[in-house]
Amino acid sequence: MANLKVNIKDVEFKNPVIVTSGVIGYGREYEEFFDLSKLGGLATKGTTLHKRNGNPGKRIVEVPSGLLFSVGLQNPGIDYYIASELPNLLSKGTNILSNIAGNDEAEYCKIVEKLNETDAPIIELNISCPNTSGAPLGTSCEGTERITKIIREMTDKTLIVKLSPNVADIGEIAKAAESSGADAVSLINSIHAMKIDINTRRPFFHNNVGAYSGEAIFPIALRMVWEVANAVNIPILGIGGVTTGEEAIQMIMAGATCVEVGAAIFRNPYAPLQIIDEINAWLDAKGIQDINEIRGVVQPWER
Amino acid sequence: MKYVQGFYPILKKKNTANGIYEMDIHAPEIASRAVPGQFVHIGVTGHSLRRPISICRIDKEQGTIQIVFALKGQGTKDLAKLEEGFQLDVIGPLGNGFPLLESDKKVVLIGGGIGVPPMLGLSDYYKEHAKAITGFRDQSIIILQDAFAENGTETILCTDDGSAGRKGFVSQPLEEMLAAGEHVDMICACGPMPMLKVIAQIAEKYGVRCAVSLEQHMGCGIGACLVCSVPIKREGETEFLHVCKDGPVFDSKEVMW
Repeated sequence: MANLKVNIKDVEFKNPVIVTSGVIGYGREYEEFFDLSKLGGLATKGTTLHKRNGNPGKRIVEVPSGLLFSVGLQNPGIDYYIASELPNLLSKGTNILSNIAGNDEAEYCKIVEKLNETDAPIIELNISCPNTSGAPLGTSCEGTERITKIIREMTDKTLIVKLSPNVADIGEIAKAAESSGADAVSLINSIHAMKIDINTRRPFFHNNVGAYSGEAIFPIALRMVWEVANAVNIPILGIGGVTTGEEAIQMIMAGATCVEVGAAIFRNPYAPLQIIDEINAWLDAKGIQDINEIRGVVQPWER
Repeated sequence: MKYVQGFYPILKKKNTANGIYEMDIHAPEIASRAVPGQFVHIGVTGHSLRRPISICRIDKEQGTIQIVFALKGQGTKDLAKLEEGFQLDVIGPLGNGFPLLESDKKVVLIGGGIGVPPMLGLSDYYKEHAKAITGFRDQSIIILQDAFAENGTETILCTDDGSAGRKGFVSQPLEEMLAAGEHVDMICACGPMPMLKVIAQIAEKYGVRCAVSLEQHMGCGIGACLVCSVPIKREGETEFLHVCKDGPVFDSKEVMW
């Protein structure tokens, strides 16, 4: 058994596998499949200042090697989260990433003020939701810098900024988050995508576009994680289509400290645990004692 | 742990009507807990999302469940190709089934097309005390009529084009029955939304309790991912609930038609 423990700032993760925001709600359902304490961490449903009903119409559809979704941040709001979900989550023996989203800076601030009054250890700042109206703050360096600075000044909690792939240069956005005080960056959020029903000539989603998740996006996510690893020195949480331990190891070799697992859990509810086992088995087979030895070890070709 | 995912053998597979397949699955853990109206979430190789399929029959003694599904897309086509003996990847039973009254109550079961299968599970329970009104587009896709009859459940068959049974929709025999003053304790229905809407209106008109099973595109199947939302009225408020966890069966008065 290799050492699987990793650290982000002063938070220790028992293993690098975190279930990503949006697929696991506040943990209550998947807890009926497995013990949440086996996870390195759990990122909550993106939670907003006020309750949100989410987007109307259909919200999910399968596409080649993945799925499109358009939930629109349905959630009960931060007060409910703090009163009724967070205490339960904090008792589960895993690291809880409180994923939060706001319509504007003022909303983010109000949410963080409320979280500051709690024992929530980690904030994952979602500045990249693909399924709400308007361009997210995280699609520009200026927006990323502004919101990260404001939140950094407000809180001592471990601050992870979740980045959008729907940008020209994700490395530059990551640098903006780093220079503004982020403790880590997580990437990628989902990729803007679309489906049209050719019989009705209508987009499948009422929001017209949705977001692409699943196996298909893994190579894109990996490339972006590698680019960000070359751009910043803060830890990276790699997200996007990870379905196997082998893919998680690729993410770590590209420079990720943790790996967030998302869509894979729909097809296989035990996917996060199997990924942990597969990482461990590979390390053992290679005689590698500590997962931290393989982080960022990819050796690029000279070109 | 409330939820179970396992691999269970297909005991029997049969193409029973045009594009419609019936499968018996040996899954004692699921059969022992299942009630009519619940569904199973089936994983098919090569597909990122599972396919939610309602449970048709439950045999607790044999430890089997039966599913009946229509070929709709590539997922159900691939599912239909699987042979007897194949170990099927199943999560279940999921969702809330139909409310069950005492088994001698008078219940009308209404199924439209591929909404008919969950009604058979209710017929297995209510037997001769139930009446089944089933509707199909045409005679090529008629299913399960003999099974209802074997239970002693009176069947009223309708087809849209009149190619078998009565020509017309399932709502007509229901309305005639209620207008004639026949006593009905509850209506249970599953089928297309326009059909369910009309059934709900008739139920309301005659003051009969009505439970409907809704369909929506699903992700996790257990209420975590929030994609299968449906607006539901509860205590004067509209809540965006989820078909997989809060349903699929809802009281017809709660649905925002």
